[in-house]
Amino acid sequence: MQSEVTVLFAGDSGDGIQLIGNAFAQKSAEAGHSVSTFSDFPAEIRAPQGTVPGVSGFKLQFGGESVYTAGDKADVLVVMNAAAYKKYAGHLKPDGILIANESGFDGRNLALAGYDNGAEPLAEARASQRVISVDIKKNVQAALLELPLGTAEKNRTKNMYVLGLLAWMYQRPAQDFEKYIQEKLAKSKNVLEANQMAFRAGYGLAETMELAAFKTEVSRATPAPGVYRTLVGNQAVALALMVAAKKANRPLFFAGYPITPASDILHELARHRNSDCLTFQAEDEIAAAVAALGAAFGGSLAATASSGPGISLKSEALGFAVTLELPLVVINVQRGGPSTGLPTKTEQSDLMQALYGRHGEAQMPVLAARSATDAFETVFLAAKIALEAMTPVMVLSDGYISNSAEAWLIPSEDELPSIAPPMVDGTPADGNPFEPFVRDAFGVRPWACPGQEGLEHRIGGLEKEKNTGNISYDPANHEEMVMARAAKVQAATRFYSPTQTDSGNNSGDLLVVGWGGTYGSIKAVVEKLQGKHYSIEHVHLRHIHPLPEDFGNILRGFKRVVVAELNHGQLVNLIRSTYLIDAHRLTKIQGQPFEEAELKSALKTHLQAIQHG
Amino acid sequence: MANPRDYASDQEVRWCPGCGDYSVLKQFHTVLAHLELPRHKTVVVSGIGCSSRLPYYVNTFGVHSIHGRATAFVTGLVLARPDLDVWIVTGDGDALSIGGNHLIHLLRRNVKAPILLFNNEIYGLTKGQVSPTSPEGQVSKSSPDGALGSPFMPPALALGAGASFVARAMDRDPEHLRLMMIRAHEHSGSAFLEIYQNCNVFNDGAFHLFTEKESRAHHSVYLTHGQPLLFGIENSMGIRLDGFTPRTVNLSDGYSHDDLWIHDEKDPIKAHLLARMHQEIRPFGVLYAENRPSFQSLAQNLSSDKKAESIEQLLQGSRTWIQSE
Ligand SMILES: Cc1ncc(C[n+]2csc(CCOP(=O)(O)OP(=O)(O)O)c2C)c(N)n1
Ligand code: SF4
Ligand SMILES: [Mg+2]
Repeated sequence: MQSEVTVLFAGDSGDGIQLIGNAFAQKSAEAGHSVSTFSDFPAEIRAPQGTVPGVSGFKLQFGGESVYTAGDKADVLVVMNAAAYKKYAGHLKPDGILIANESGFDGRNLALAGYDNGAEPLAEARASQRVISVDIKKNVQAALLELPLGTAEKNRTKNMYVLGLLAWMYQRPAQDFEKYIQEKLAKSKNVLEANQMAFRAGYGLAETMELAAFKTEVSRATPAPGVYRTLVGNQAVALALMVAAKKANRPLFFAGYPITPASDILHELARHRNSDCLTFQAEDEIAAAVAALGAAFGGSLAATASSGPGISLKSEALGFAVTLELPLVVINVQRGGPSTGLPTKTEQSDLMQALYGRHGEAQMPVLAARSATDAFETVFLAAKIALEAMTPVMVLSDGYISNSAEAWLIPSEDELPSIAPPMVDGTPADGNPFEPFVRDAFGVRPWACPGQEGLEHRIGGLEKEKNTGNISYDPANHEEMVMARAAKVQAATRFYSPTQTDSGNNSGDLLVVGWGGTYGSIKAVVEKLQGKHYSIEHVHLRHIHPLPEDFGNILRGFKRVVVAELNHGQLVNLIRSTYLIDAHRLTKIQGQPFEEAELKSALKTHLQAIQHG
Repeated sequence: MANPRDYASDQEVRWCPGCGDYSVLKQFHTVLAHLELPRHKTVVVSGIGCSSRLPYYVNTFGVHSIHGRATAFVTGLVLARPDLDVWIVTGDGDALSIGGNHLIHLLRRNVKAPILLFNNEIYGLTKGQVSPTSPEGQVSKSSPDGALGSPFMPPALALGAGASFVARAMDRDPEHLRLMMIRAHEHSGSAFLEIYQNCNVFNDGAFHLFTEKESRAHHSVYLTHGQPLLFGIENSMGIRLDGFTPRTVNLSDGYSHDDLWIHDEKDPIKAHLLARMHQEIRPFGVLYAENRPSFQSLAQNLSSDKKAESIEQLLQGSRTWIQSE
């Protein structure tokens, strides 16, 4: 019994890799495995067929409770052509299994993949690895011989053949998959039949080829009972916005400008567009942020999403949002920067920008999502803070989270926290003018919207006199307003749940602090080290600003603190300067998640240093 | 008609004495009163500049936004709240320089809102630099040797961007200005109204030729739909079209009204000719007006036939499975 398995599917963009990856993930989750997936789309839109830039990948890890990421090195690598092998060969474990489509390794494909004349990558792989190589093209043509479809159409079912093979390997009932295929491809009867036949051919192949040795049993998790669905990171963000708006009884207004890897948030919301959920593709990120503020002034839950360069363009508007004290949720799906950088790769290098990337004294709460499903909770909470504290809020996601998927136990409507924005009802007594900047006990101003009689008021970017909101150049008033806005943001800690290490143990030798999409990688490694009796704990921050009040005590409970992040060391500096402790940095800036081996060895070095300390 | 004073806020107006902005504000109060617009359903949104201070002086909802972005702010506001009556107030720098991108998209989309563009051919608030409408060669603090490059002709820019309504007025002709504001407000989509406004401190007399009593008649052609293009003392001059070239003629030279260019607000080609009359004779009034559905009405239609989803429906999505004990 294997506790978890990582499978990497790879092929040409046209090979239907994402489809079978998703099918396999879905069925694995339904079978009771913990599942986490990641889609690696090619950066080029239509790279030439058969070439390395045209390769599309889908990775998933499934197994028992300890599945926290889509895995790093694969136990099984499926390659549909030579280019896919060339791109991902290094991602296969030395003792892993390679499943290769032989017809994708002919002379033409080898040349397209950039192999030298006479190279035989499959033969080389066989020498050192377990390889299942099948001429899938030939086999599907044979299996579909009777069907009235063209050769090209028949070829298109190669992916289903692979899916069949995998389903057999992991001992899944064929009917489950056939039903799934039926739902996905119900449109054309012939195509559906072809795909089902190809699936069965792949499923049946295993028996005939005597592949019994590859049959593997994998642990299942004991997921909490309930109704589940799959959530992709960007989809979770969109869903949280829609649900939060409904909880707050406000319409949702989302404005965005296309940018990888944030665009899918706009796409997902546009799909749901109705009178409660408006989407607007603006002319640029400045307009997106400002239009969102316009909608916020009108009474909507306003949100905008982008990635690094786009967030830079929004920063003037964010200063405006801070001084207007209107709710706004800003999502930054971070990618490798600066500038266009590595647009399709993940990085955590916008933390400083989120905290300080504005003019003037302009604090706003900053939250970070740790995984696809956590993005729902984090964005929902961000919306609650924005609406109840009347402030812009920044949520940091990243390229990894955006394209990864997890199974999600669907909460019931009542389990979700209520959201009660400070709407004004009624008009001021005795015909006095409405005062838009009178604060409540938490420093929050009231939200009055156009259309409300007697609440007419003017707001703007100029400094406002306290209470009345009239223009004021008074020096003392400015200081007071700056402090009031900052205090209001600080008071957002009232929305926090207690900060905890994963195990709940808040003292020991080494504390690994993380934030964002590195959650699963750090957690998995720390658990393994704990299993080897090291005194090590992991705490993952959701709230970067204001920092949780109970965080300092956790930091001080450990002999050494290491901050692991995918940047040059940003949270680590914040922790050092805030708590005056000698936190160590553990960083990587390659556009890739942490790998288990590198994290483990870096953390072991720290553990040894403490022991020799 | 309501009382214009009810539309004035309690804030002290802070423009330089003699500034053309005063006249525009006064006409604006009067127009709001004339239209009897409910104050709580009216929103005035501006960018940054002397002109953009205007919302503070109007007792409705108001937003003094950021430089160049009033148009973007309004696009979001009216999409979310198509029930409101929203006005945009902007300057030549605000609308045509830093805010140029948002302006052209607002016009292209046909977001319903009058746009009052105060053109003084200078940056007033920042104390006198050239603006995108300053004539070539204009000497200013930032162009001591004269401005380079040709200026925008705002109506031509607006038409180029697909504006459905383009008009011009001036601070010195209050009655006509009020009329143009009313026309702009009536319009079904974006209503671009360029207002010649004198900045008596940094660019005094930029438009004297067109606005002052002694020269106005000789240089300003007031347009009326269906009427010939006439100007001069007692309308003694006219403009006729020679192919696509406008030519000024003296009616005493034997030309009759039938020989002249008859203004047609709905003619997009002739609107372009009018917009490009940027020399010493310039048109005032509605250059172009076309009925086209507004952005907010199109957006509303899109969403109205889609059913809102319940929280339960949203959470469940399209595919779920059950884990039993
Ligand atoms: C981002 C930004 N850049 C520059 C400024 C400075 N600024 C304020 S108003 C203005 C120009 C205003 O000119 P115009 O729009 O013609 O208005 P006017 O003052 O002439 O009415 C400039 C450059 C600013 N407020 N914000
Ligand atoms: S600087 Fe010019 S535009 Fe500004 S208020 Fe003074 S006169 Fe008017
Ligand atoms: Mg100006």
